[in-house]
Amino acid sequence: MKLTGAEIILECLVREGVEIMFGYPGGAILPTYDAMTKYPQLRHVLVRHEQGAAHMADGYARATGKVGVAIATSGPGATNLVTGIANAMMDSSPIVCITGQVPTTAIGSDAFQETDITGITLPITKHNYLVYDVRELAYTIREAFHIARTGRPGPVLIDIPKDVQNAVTEFVYPEEPIELPGYQPPRYASEEDIAAALRLIEQAERPLILAGHGIVMSGAGREVLEFAERTQTPFALTLLGKGGLPETHPLSLGMMGMHGTGYANLAIQNADLLLAFGMRFDDRVTGNLKTYAPNARKIHIDIDSSEIHKNVRVDVPIVGDLKAILTQLLPHVKPMEHKAWLAQIRDWMEDADERDIVHRDVGERLFAAHVIHDMWKATGGNATVVTDVGQHQMWEAQYYLHERPHTLITSGGLGAMGFGLPAAIGASLGLRQPVWAIVGDGGFQMTMTELGTAMQERVPVHIAIINNGFLGMVRQWQEFFYEERYNATPMLSPDFVKLAEAYGIPARRVTRREEVIPAIEWANSITDCPTLIDFVVEKHDLVYPMVPAGADLHAMIRRPLPSEDSI
Amino acid sequence: MKRTLVALVENKPGVLNRVASLFRRRNFNIDSLTVGRTENPAISRMTIVVEADADKIRTQLYKLVNVIQVEDVTDLPEVTRDLALIKVRVDSQTRGEVVQLCDIFRAHIVDATPEAVIVEVTGDEDKITSMVELLRPIGIMEMVRTGVVTMTRGDHVLSPNGYKMRPSGNGYRTNVL
Repeated sequence: MKLTGAEIILECLVREGVEIMFGYPGGAILPTYDAMTKYPQLRHVLVRHEQGAAHMADGYARATGKVGVAIATSGPGATNLVTGIANAMMDSSPIVCITGQVPTTAIGSDAFQETDITGITLPITKHNYLVYDVRELAYTIREAFHIARTGRPGPVLIDIPKDVQNAVTEFVYPEEPIELPGYQPPRYASEEDIAAALRLIEQAERPLILAGHGIVMSGAGREVLEFAERTQTPFALTLLGKGGLPETHPLSLGMMGMHGTGYANLAIQNADLLLAFGMRFDDRVTGNLKTYAPNARKIHIDIDSSEIHKNVRVDVPIVGDLKAILTQLLPHVKPMEHKAWLAQIRDWMEDADERDIVHRDVGERLFAAHVIHDMWKATGGNATVVTDVGQHQMWEAQYYLHERPHTLITSGGLGAMGFGLPAAIGASLGLRQPVWAIVGDGGFQMTMTELGTAMQERVPVHIAIINNGFLGMVRQWQEFFYEERYNATPMLSPDFVKLAEAYGIPARRVTRREEVIPAIEWANSITDCPTLIDFVVEKHDLVYPMVPAGADLHAMIRRPLPSEDSI
Repeated sequence: MKRTLVALVENKPGVLNRVASLFRRRNFNIDSLTVGRTENPAISRMTIVVEADADKIRTQLYKLVNVIQVEDVTDLPEVTRDLALIKVRVDSQTRGEVVQLCDIFRAHIVDATPEAVIVEVTGDEDKITSMVELLRPIGIMEMVRTGVVTMTRGDHVLSPNGYKMRPSGNGYRTNVL
C-alpha cells in the first residue's frame, strides 16, 4: 500500500492506540492536517496556543496512563510547545510531540518559520528525532512511542519536514518488537539487593516509606500498601506521589517537604530507615541535604539509575520497576510492629491539628483551605483534580486527600504556572468525565485562552479559581524573606464570571463559606460543558508549614497556635 | 581527580551533540573528548577525560538512548595515546636542537621548510606535555592535539554480550526486561 508521509504518521498513531490529538495547524504541518480528513477515528482538538496542546497531552497522559499526543507546525508552533515539553520531562510524563519542519531542501537556510526544534528540545526531551527520509517514518514513530511510555517515561519529539510528509512510499508497519541497543529499561532486582534491603527492614525500629510518583507510574500502590500494613510502616507522600496510596489510611502522614505536614517532616528527621519508593529526593522534599534524615539508613528503589546517589547517598540502591521489585520482596517480608514509633507520630499529629486553620472559627471570612477542604468533602474525595502552580496547589496537596492513583495531576518539577486549565482539559477528554481544575488567579490568566478550547469541545472541566488578588506564593516569599516588599505581586484581574459568560460558560462567584458546598454541587450537576467558580478568598493567608528553601527539614515555620495568633 | 571513560555510542547524526549537551547542562567539566569509528560501522567510540564524579557521568550517559556502553577505565591497565602536531619556528642553529629532541621523544618531523618544521609526536599526555615544554623556548608557532584515546590492556573489551547488558545503579546488577 503506497501512502504519503502524512498518511503514515496518522496510520501509525492509529496503531499506537491514539484516539485524540491536541494541536494547531500551520504551513509546515498542513499535509498532515489535510490527511486527517481520511482518519475520522483520530479526534483532533484545536487548542488556542501550542503550550496548551503540550499541557493537554500531558494531562491526558497522566489521567489515563496512555501516551498523549501534541501536534504543531514549525517555527513558532514548535517553540510554543517548549514549556509543556519541559514540564512533561520534569514530571516523567509520556507524550509524543509531532512538529512540522520546513522542507529538507530549505533546512539550514533560515527559511520562513524555520527553527531547530530538535536542537532546542534536546535537553528537555527523553529523545527526539528529525526524520529526513519517509521510509524511516513508521519505524521512528513506533520507536518514539516505545521510548515515551517505557522505563522512566518522558516526552519524545518527532520533527518532520514538509517534503517528507508529502513523499510517497510503500507503507510497511514494523510489527517486530523495538530493539534499541542503548535502551533497555531495567526491571527486576538481584537477589543480593533484595537480601540487603530485607536486612535493613528487619533491623529498623523507626521506618518510614517515602512514596513518590513511581508508585503511580509503576502501578505499585497495592504492593506498597501491603508492605506498609504488614510491617506497620507509616508513609509520607511526595506531591506527585499523592494518589499512589490512600491518604485517609491510618498509616498516612500526608505530603512531605517544603509545605508538607509537620509530622511527615519530623518523621523523616527522626526515622532510622527511609524506604524511598519511586521518588528522587528533590530539593523541595529534602531541604538542607547536610541535615537531612541524619539517623536514617536508606533504601532507594527507582527505575532511573541516574537518580541513585544523585542528591542523597543511600545504603541500598535498587534500580528497576517498583512493582516488579516489590513483588520480589514481599514474599520475604515478615509482619512487624512499631508501636512506640507510631505513638510518637500521633503526638506530632495532635499538635498539627490544633494549628490547622480548618478547625478554627474564622467568622465570615473565606480561606482557601476551607474551599478545598469542602470540595474534598463535597466530592467524596473521588474527583480527579488538576491544579495550577502556587499557594492553591499546596493547599490542594494539604487538604484534598486522594485515594486512587492518577487523581491528582499537577506540575511538580517544573512548577509551570498555566498548566492547570489545559492539563484539566486533556485529563477530562482522556477520562471522558468531569474533572476539577483548581487554579490561582495568576496562573489561570497565563493560559485562560484555553477557555475557548473547553467551550468548543464542550469539555466538562470545573474551574475553581482561588482568587486572592495576588501572586500568592511569591507574595508569601516576599512576606517571609523580603521584608514584606510586595513588588509586582498584587494583580488586577478581569471579572472572571463575566469572562466565562462571554464564552457561554456557566459561572458564579463565592465569597462566603456557606456558599462553597452548594456551588461545588451546582458545578458537579453540570456534566456536558465547562463551569467556572470564582472563589474570592482571604488575600493575606499563607501556606503553613513552610520549610524555607535550603533550610533544615525540621526547621519549619508553623502556623501559630490559636492562643498565639488572632489569624 | 581526572577520570577516563570509554563509551560506545550509535553512529548516528547528532550523537556527539547529545553527549556534549549533557556535559554542559549537568555541569561536568570535560578535559578532552575524542570520537572515532570502531570495527563495527554502526558504532562509534568515545574516550572522555573528565574532572568529575565518574559514576554520575556514567548513569547520566546511559539516559541517552544512543549510548550503548560506558566504562570507567581509569583504574584498569590501559594504553592511552594522544597525538600532537607542533609547528616550530627554526633557523640553521635551532633546527638541530629540534631534531635531537625528536630523537629523544621518538617523534617525527613531517614537514620542513627553511623557517619552520612540523613535529608529530605520539604518546600519553605527560610525554606530549614535556615535549611541548621543551619546544616552547625554541618557538612554537601553532599546535594541535587530538585528545586522548584509550584501550584497556589484555583481553578485556568493552561491550560484552553483543551490547545487550548494561550495568545500572552503582555497579549493581539488574536483570534486563
